[in-house]
Amino acid sequence: MTAADWTAIRLTAELAAVTTLLLLVVGTPLAWWLARSRSSLKPLWSALVAMPIVLPPSVLGFYLLLAMGPHGPVGQFTEWLGLGRLPFTFSGLVVGSVLYSMPFVVQPLQQAFEAIPERTLEAAATLRAGPLDRFFSVALPLARPGLITASVLGFAHTVGEFGVVLMIGGNIPGATRVLSVAIYEHVEATEYADAHRLSAAMVAFALLVLVTLYVVNRPRRDAAGPAP
Amino acid sequence: MIEARLQLDRRDFTLDVALQLPERGVTALFGPSGCGKTTLLRAIAGLERASGRVALGTDIWQDDATRRWLPTHQRPLGYVIQEAALFPHLDVAANLAYGRRRSAEAQRCGKAPGTSEASDTAAFSPDAVVDLLGIGPLLQRRTATLSGGERQRVAIARALATAPRLLLMDEPLAALDAQRKAEILPYLERLHRDLALPIVYVTHAMAEVARLADHLVLLDAGRVLAAGPLVELLARPDLPLAHQDDAGVVIEATVAEHDSAYGLSRVVFGGGALWVGETAARPGQTVRARVLARDVSVTRQLPIETSVVNVLPVWLESLVADRSTALLRLVVGRPGLLGATGATGAEGVLLLARITRRSCDALALHPGDALFAQIKGVALM
Repeated sequence: MTAADWTAIRLTAELAAVTTLLLLVVGTPLAWWLARSRSSLKPLWSALVAMPIVLPPSVLGFYLLLAMGPHGPVGQFTEWLGLGRLPFTFSGLVVGSVLYSMPFVVQPLQQAFEAIPERTLEAAATLRAGPLDRFFSVALPLARPGLITASVLGFAHTVGEFGVVLMIGGNIPGATRVLSVAIYEHVEATEYADAHRLSAAMVAFALLVLVTLYVVNRPRRDAAGPAP
Repeated sequence: MIEARLQLDRRDFTLDVALQLPERGVTALFGPSGCGKTTLLRAIAGLERASGRVALGTDIWQDDATRRWLPTHQRPLGYVIQEAALFPHLDVAANLAYGRRRSAEAQRCGKAPGTSEASDTAAFSPDAVVDLLGIGPLLQRRTATLSGGERQRVAIARALATAPRLLLMDEPLAALDAQRKAEILPYLERLHRDLALPIVYVTHAMAEVARLADHLVLLDAGRVLAAGPLVELLARPDLPLAHQDDAGVVIEATVAEHDSAYGLSRVVFGGGALWVGETAARPGQTVRARVLARDVSVTRQLPIETSVVNVLPVWLESLVADRSTALLRLVVGRPGLLGATGATGAEGVLLLARITRRSCDALALHPGDALFAQIKGVALM
């Protein structure tokens, strides 16, 4: 593998790691709210979170590009903050990836939180645990399988993104040239052997991740529920 | 005194109660499903937002007049529900420690004033609670491996470990089969006997009420039909209780002697004595006997050569009749002995007897008549 390929791999891993961490920080409270709220705004938020699943990535990328550009609201805001513009930067990729991978983190978390019986949280309240305490001592530990699924899917999905990256990141080595773009480049240049190496590595990675996920989250028989 | 004045309006249900419950003993909230007993219990715990006032002695948990509202986790209570709701990610010992640690912390910080008085804290020490519920061998177990009865005992222990000032129990036995129920009831009785902890106990099972409760609150459609000492309420013919098939009174009695040759024990109470199936309780111990109305019949003359072991002299205080049956309220003893001005439950032991109206007419029964009650069955609780 060429040095450029290794740079692309490192960059992809960094992007996926930063995105996953941010998504866990942002997505966990959001998922908790979606799982517990009876607000009438809930369907709207659920739909917004799920949008990247149904939208073509290029559509998302296009609007992000406009929003983060010099005339877009996000672009003007980042300039006002003195951060410059986001398109064609690593930070821009992070913003795009966070939005694009959001449903893959929020939905497993939301399902895990929804599966926690209200009475278990109420039991914690009757045992003197306040709301934050209940969240950290009961909800999070019980949502652990969902947390693992969310992290793995968020990471893997970010590794595999292409359309959004191409729209807002372009192809700058060391800054925005991630794996999927590198593969595309190789194919364009008819460097099929290089494309093969990276693609095969991606296939192996995806398989490994998913097998690990299913092994870790395999329902343990002794934890399957109350004894008869 | 536990005060609960609560109103709650839902589309299909209204709760409107004003209760003053004693701070000692077990109070049963009894009524058909949907009568609001669980909602009332949840509102006392602060799990349900009703309007009104909840106070335990001088501690006010909720008072809309002063806009006071303590969230559930700041109320020094224990709460046990039918499903136990143990934490599946913790073993039994950690389940017990969960509330104990937090309540100890709250007490240290003075955030939860008035956890149980110092004299009682020993009763809620970890060892005492584990002993009381017999869960020592379970401590290292995962909760998923426990049987239904074990889960419920752990749930009770977990609630007690917080040294609560009030224990709320919502049908703690309803999910268990008869065998498991029988396994837990003795522990509940120990709780009742050994701890000076007021318990509010929701149930729709009369057998549990008769066995555990000291006070009874009858609920129907969100309202209180009657509230008072169990013994009094069970003997009131005007309440729906008296018209159920398992209507009957509860008598607090003391074991006097055993007749092991015949497998019987004699228990005595103010105004009389009963032979019952031999009990394990020692002479001098207090027991509860339940006498169902359908097991009591009356005669005018002292029956001779009868197979019925228990015949008590009684007088007829009142009777109500419908088309086919008559329900008699009987006072054990003779009017002369108790004062003819109508002895009530506070003075004389009461019995209910359900007989056919035909017999009632044939005997021409009238209030004040001196009779003999033949009791076919007595169940020790």
